[in-house]
Amino acid sequence: MGIQSNVEVQTEWGIVSARQAGRNLAKEAGFSSVDQARIATAISELARNIYLYANNGEIIIEFLENENVSPPRRGIKITARDEGPGIDNIRNAMEDGYTTSGGLGAGLPGVKRLMDEFDIDSRSGVGTEITAIKWLR
Amino acid sequence: MADTFSSMQNQYKTILKKYIEDKNEVVLYQAQQFSKKILENQVSPEETVSFHLEAIDEFFPKLPEGVRDSFELLIEVMMGFGMAYREHQSLRDKQKELEAEINVAASMQQTLLPANIPEVESLDIGVISMPATKMSGDYYHFIKDENDCIGLAIADIIGKGIPAALCMSMIKYAMDSLPEQRLQPGALLENLNRVVERNVAANMFITMMYGSYDPRIHQFYYSGAGHEPGFYYNYAEDKFEELYAKGLALGIKRETKFREYHKRVEPGDFIVLLSDGVTECRTVDGFIEREEIISLIRKYQHMTAQEIVDKVFYELERLQHFQLKDDFSLIILRRKV
Repeated sequence: MGIQSNVEVQTEWGIVSARQAGRNLAKEAGFSSVDQARIATAISELARNIYLYANNGEIIIEFLENENVSPPRRGIKITARDEGPGIDNIRNAMEDGYTTSGGLGAGLPGVKRLMDEFDIDSRSGVGTEITAIKWLR
Repeated sequence: MADTFSSMQNQYKTILKKYIEDKNEVVLYQAQQFSKKILENQVSPEETVSFHLEAIDEFFPKLPEGVRDSFELLIEVMMGFGMAYREHQSLRDKQKELEAEINVAASMQQTLLPANIPEVESLDIGVISMPATKMSGDYYHFIKDENDCIGLAIADIIGKGIPAALCMSMIKYAMDSLPEQRLQPGALLENLNRVVERNVAANMFITMMYGSYDPRIHQFYYSGAGHEPGFYYNYAEDKFEELYAKGLALGIKRETKFREYHKRVEPGDFIVLLSDGVTECRTVDGFIEREEIISLIRKYQHMTAQEIVDKVFYELERLQHFQLKDDFSLIILRRKV
């Protein structure tokens, strides 16, 4: 399956659309309502970072299917991409309690914990790309 | 063995069913016990809400649509708690790791302290040294030469915890490298001061009292580097005197001279060396007075030196509700015969 949603994030409306797109895809994929809420929350946090720090970027939500493993695994992949200022010190940003935008437990480490896989690539002055995957249990 | 997720869900369902059928305190008590189990099994708040939703969905198939939807909102609101909860767990794991690391460092630090107290026929020596946290900024040292002469030091590194502990290893190795001065307190402090002054940050310094005891002539020689004065107990007069030695703390000025004092020790006399953690015991009534320490020592003075330091420590620890505010070290050296 190659279902994919791309959502531009420039305003808070963009955050809401990205959440909605993610939740719809998660529901379709068969995630429980708790996992749907987790995926939506992860998208929300990532989109909010774009909105607050990069002004503009996009969230891509894809349906994943890996048939090379048995049993086949299905899941949702979130990609958050922007051409903003980038993160100077990724190690700090991945540390609990460092976050400047979220509250307790939020921020990038929070997103990482909500999802099963997490990857970040960021270059100062170039931009940031974060991917996160949640597999269906 | 941790309960599986679905078993937790079933347990919740059972408790909820019982409560709906017969509202009573017994079930509420079970619910309270269950909430502990939830935490043990690391079930997050949003999952707990979903347990509830699925259970009532099953018990009341005709649940009004709005009620069902309202739970979706509640789950969303619980997400923040869920994230904070998971952060808490990860910070707890990190804390455990750090603690394990510090435990290793603390046991390494213990190896810097003398493994045993030197034994000399005419002397009775007792020592206790307790860190306020895991790592200590207090240091003590004993050395005995072939003539049974004893060198002893008590030192307090300004500051506590890890920085002080790191500094302490330097003191230990510096002292080990000055064997020819171990019975000359003034010369030893002078050399030590040069090492400290060269090697530690300007804002760090060390106070020390160094003494040597010659049991052949029962003379005690001592010098001090800004250290808390000790006590000298005169047995014949049954009086405590202050054991003070003038001198700048180590690490302040490169060329510092330390005056050497000496005292003739008579049978029954004893020397008390301590760190400021002893005199700066804070109780609800404020700092403890040196007089109070003397009266504590008096209370136990019929015992052995080791028993005295142990008892005094216990009483002062108790006064502070078993929470030490500063590293605590106390040494007693008594001439027996």
